[in-house]
Amino acid sequence: MPVGTATSQFTGVDFYHLDSVLSEEERAIRDTVRAWVDEHLMPVIGDCYIQGKFPKQLIPGMAELGVLGANLPEEYGCAGLNNVAYGLIMQELERGDSGIRSFASVQGALVMYPIYAFGSDEQKKKWLPSLAKGTDIGCFGLTEPDFGSNPGGMITTAKETKDGWVLNGTKMWITNGSQATVAVVWAKTGAVDDAKSIRGFIVPTDTKGFTGKDQKGKLSLRASDTAELHLEDVHLPKDAILPKSGGLKSPLMCLTQARYGISWGAIGAAMACYDEAVRYAKNRVMFGKPIGATQIQQVRLADMLTEITKAQLLSLQLGRMKDAGTMTPQHVSMAKRNNVNMATECAREARRLLGANGILAEYHSMRHMANLESVYTYEGTHDMHSLILGQEITGIAAY
Amino acid sequence: MKIAVCLKRVPDTTAKIVVGGDGKSIDENGVKFVPNPYDEYALEAAIALKEKAGAGETVVVALGTDAAQETIRTALAMGIDRGVLLQSPGSADGFEVAKAIAGELKGQGYDLILFGKMAVDDYNHQVGVMVAELLELPCVSAVSALTVEGGALTAEREIEGGVEQLACQLPAVVTADKGINTPRLPSLKGIMAAKKKPLETKPVSLGAGSITVTSLALPPERQAGKIVGEGPDAVPALVQLLRTEAKVI
Repeated sequence: MPVGTATSQFTGVDFYHLDSVLSEEERAIRDTVRAWVDEHLMPVIGDCYIQGKFPKQLIPGMAELGVLGANLPEEYGCAGLNNVAYGLIMQELERGDSGIRSFASVQGALVMYPIYAFGSDEQKKKWLPSLAKGTDIGCFGLTEPDFGSNPGGMITTAKETKDGWVLNGTKMWITNGSQATVAVVWAKTGAVDDAKSIRGFIVPTDTKGFTGKDQKGKLSLRASDTAELHLEDVHLPKDAILPKSGGLKSPLMCLTQARYGISWGAIGAAMACYDEAVRYAKNRVMFGKPIGATQIQQVRLADMLTEITKAQLLSLQLGRMKDAGTMTPQHVSMAKRNNVNMATECAREARRLLGANGILAEYHSMRHMANLESVYTYEGTHDMHSLILGQEITGIAAY
Repeated sequence: MKIAVCLKRVPDTTAKIVVGGDGKSIDENGVKFVPNPYDEYALEAAIALKEKAGAGETVVVALGTDAAQETIRTALAMGIDRGVLLQSPGSADGFEVAKAIAGELKGQGYDLILFGKMAVDDYNHQVGVMVAELLELPCVSAVSALTVEGGALTAEREIEGGVEQLACQLPAVVTADKGINTPRLPSLKGIMAAKKKPLETKPVSLGAGSITVTSLALPPERQAGKIVGEGPDAVPALVQLLRTEAKVI
């Protein structure tokens, strides 16, 4: 570490001494990723956001650090971490930017995980090491233009031929879609109303008939690659199918993994905003005193700290449950719903506390605020998670 | 090549320091501890030298309480092969610390012994050079560039207005300065692997020493700045204040 680093360095938020219930390795992993974010991401993220560019040059460094698929086993070149350590990685990445965390979430939870969980031994050996090294970049094709919250209605098809499969369809809002070398695409192998026939396919993106088109005009996640995928008579060999995938449950299992990471990531974004707000409140002088001396800003900061602490407790227990094998998708829904909503509120309040300066890219709160609108919407909208919890409580599905 | 790196656990340079109730030590409550930043340069140098040689052994030696095991594991996570903790509360007298470390290193066949040029918690610059003297080894201190080849080292030191180049035969002691390298971050796999690397603990008792800390105080709080005006018009007032108030010109 550089000697005499600036005291403005981000040092985390830990009001309830949660460090004391993390293991030494968990803390070391978090601190390492935090240092990496400070050193490599923070200096470039403002410009990337303004220019609408994903900082691709950081992928080899992220891979070398070991953040891609970090909770998958070592035999595939992954770090084999527990789920709390994995969550802390997501927290630190999103402290930098939701777009970078999204990249890591998609690569690990939505591409590496399905290959690991539903793939053959050959598929795992072929793809997981290169995805962990970042020499292959993956994307996950589930959502379609007319099927977002209702993915079971998808109209992408996979027709079996005598020597393989032919895929046709369109996927939308696909993170990493323009730069991916491989896509995990979900398609119906049976009738269009048969959600049970949904299967996953590994599609190298240089296959004829496959195109990824950059989504233009985003006002959120601007440092993330978002694309629309078109599959037009994409011919795949027989072994492109993920043999153990079956029905809508398979992609939903992937989403549970990703949502778990998001619940931690959102805390990182909120911590970044809170940290910025506290520093600003102490230093910004108005009416002859720091604005932090005014009751209205103190209420803002007290609310932020309280909500962040509650979210930390939620995610930590969720992580311990995931490691113990007792976590359900409904548990994940609660954490994703609460923590992302909490982070959007923190970001908005921090931006307001920063006054006019808060609209500049030099500060981070407005970037987080805009990003979090996407995070609020993707991976199961806030509203869908409300309905999932409602169903869990009453036994009645309202969707 | 067998390389030892001596490591100290120190408060994080970004930590907010509070002087303890005794007025002589810092209150460690809630303070985060890290490897001494100068020692990180020494760790990086050792790991890079072994990587370049393709063979050898790197050992990290720390003197401190059991809490320093975590600091040692940071070094193991970066890539050091094994660790030794000399269990002791430490001493304000660098010579006592140097004697204990020299006792551990003596006769172990080290080709190179690396230190940071100083520890940021006490700014003493003592232990590395004292250990060299106790082991009767040549010592190059505050090194900003280092190469090892054919049983000898060449080193650069930044001196007032220039660079000094030195050479010496191994075995030798080197203390590392800023600029020698950029310490790597441990990889996540490295952090997990560190748990499985050997870490030996040995109780040591230090002599009473001849130096004691009598008091510890924080620097006075900085006064708020003053804006005397803007542009060339403000220069006379600024010069006046620098002369009469700040008394720096």
